Amino acid sequence: MSGKLADLTPEMIAAERERFPRVFSMTMKARATHFVLWVGTPCLVLYCLDRFGFFSEKFWGSFGRLGIMFSQMFPPTGWEYMDEYTYAIGETLSMAFIGSLVGGIIALPFAFMASKNMMPVRPVQFSFRRFADVLRASDYLIWGLIFVRAMGLGPIPGIMAIIVIDTGILITLYSEAIENIDRKPIDGIKASGGGRLEVIRFGVIPQVLPVLLSNALYMFESNTRAATILGIVGAGGIGFLLSDNIRAFEFSNACTIIIMIIIVVYGIDYLSKRLRERFIYGDRVSQGHDRPMERVMAKMKD
Amino acid sequence: MNSEAATQTQQLDIADHFELARSEYLGRKRLYMVFFWIGFAISLALAVWHSGFSIAAVVDGLPRTSEFIVRMYSALTIENFYADLIDWFWGFEDWLASLFVSLLMAFLATIIGTTFGGILSFYASRNLAKNYAIYFVTRRTLEIARTVPDIVWALIFIYPFGVGPVAGILALTIHTTGAQGKLFAEVNENIDHKPIDGIRSVGGNWFEEIRFAVVPQVMPNFISYTFWRLALNVQAATVMGFVGAGGIGYELINAVKLLYFLDTGAILLMIICTVFAIDMASEKLRHYIIGKETLVG
Repeated sequence: MSGKLADLTPEMIAAERERFPRVFSMTMKARATHFVLWVGTPCLVLYCLDRFGFFSEKFWGSFGRLGIMFSQMFPPTGWEYMDEYTYAIGETLSMAFIGSLVGGIIALPFAFMASKNMMPVRPVQFSFRRFADVLRASDYLIWGLIFVRAMGLGPIPGIMAIIVIDTGILITLYSEAIENIDRKPIDGIKASGGGRLEVIRFGVIPQVLPVLLSNALYMFESNTRAATILGIVGAGGIGFLLSDNIRAFEFSNACTIIIMIIIVVYGIDYLSKRLRERFIYGDRVSQGHDRPMERVMAKMKD
Repeated sequence: MNSEAATQTQQLDIADHFELARSEYLGRKRLYMVFFWIGFAISLALAVWHSGFSIAAVVDGLPRTSEFIVRMYSALTIENFYADLIDWFWGFEDWLASLFVSLLMAFLATIIGTTFGGILSFYASRNLAKNYAIYFVTRRTLEIARTVPDIVWALIFIYPFGVGPVAGILALTIHTTGAQGKLFAEVNENIDHKPIDGIRSVGGNWFEEIRFAVVPQVMPNFISYTFWRLALNVQAATVMGFVGAGGIGYELINAVKLLYFLDTGAILLMIICTVFAIDMASEKLRHYIIGKETLVG
């Protein structure tokens, strides 16, 4: 029995195949799953494409109009309305800022109620989690629409919509951060006679604060994106001007606004990245430290 | 004797240096903190002033909002539960059909967008792109596709493609391409390079490197991100109808605009249940596919 590959005879290979079938080929079940996926998905895609008319003359004929529209977009115009646009951009940023701040603060007490290690009564903890899920299940625009209907047009309903969604998402993210803390500092404070509030202040907050702050900052980025579109339902910000201009076929003005949106979103992303590096993680910025961040990023709506 | 004294002064010097550097560092940090809080206070004041935000307005508006929400869900009575339910969901079949359109939109956009995004991501990763120009152009294109919100793409596409799901699908597809391309590129940039060297050493070209060295490494992450993106797209597809780009959003915005409270409540309930279900299913599948420990998120 030497280990050389050349010494293997077909009989030996056959014997091994008999013994370890799964090393040599996929099981029938895996094959069936692959078949269903690789045949079923394209069929479903083709069905959808056909159903929505992607194979029709009308669809392919529309690309001419698309080209005309894009050619009308450039060069961007509307510089004479720049005051109006900057004002609306400022409104967008204000909405995102206030909404993120208030949402980030409101979510904090709820997050403690929604984390397993801080809230021993399981039904209460569970219902707080589900409450957060309900808040974030509808889109920004849906909440914006409801608030606009109830409170009237303007940035305040937009801020309310941002607060609601921000709170919903942050309750979940915060409580996950709280659940992942180290128990030892808490035990230490309890052992030296600390009460419930002292446990939270000195045992929990120092551990979770960097994670909480960076989650809140990520939400600020996400909220800025949302605040640019909330105006479509009348909830303040640049979205109203954008949809108005597009509906009036003023594509070149719309292009200016879109460029402004891109710049603002980039600016906020950059600012939040710098803030995170400088103030939250300080000089502890390292590869390993970004781990909680990746978890957050994966949860974020971009 | 002499050298001992020298060592001592040297040690003192080092200690002094350390103390000096530390106090400098702390002072700088404190200065940054002061700047930060001043900036924060100014931005908050500006934001409040600019948006006209006031606690009074919120306190005034909250009861009206809660009344709105209560009226959305006041259809059911205990005595006559079943009949009330039937009455409440009078348009159930139509709404279900629109919701199904939303789901198909999300599905189609996810599949097509992920395919494009996946292909482009190999050109948009610093370590795989053949040259800097390709990398730069692909990256910027993906960034623009991602930064422009999907509903804005929908607004743009409504003019050439007309009102209907096609505009919504294209909008979601473009946004998905950008978002997936960026996320996938980040995955690509974190791979192990040894398999690539292996393929190159036996004479593989660029496509073979990608196919046999990169794709097997990144596939689980790609699939995981795809399911997650599907859940997000379902949520986004429910509001595409707000601008006329197909799906349940059209029914919802009409019900809200006409102040049909009960219809709004019923449609919203259906949307929330669907988003919930898709969210949970996508999470389960992600865990099933790549295992809990390695899952990002």
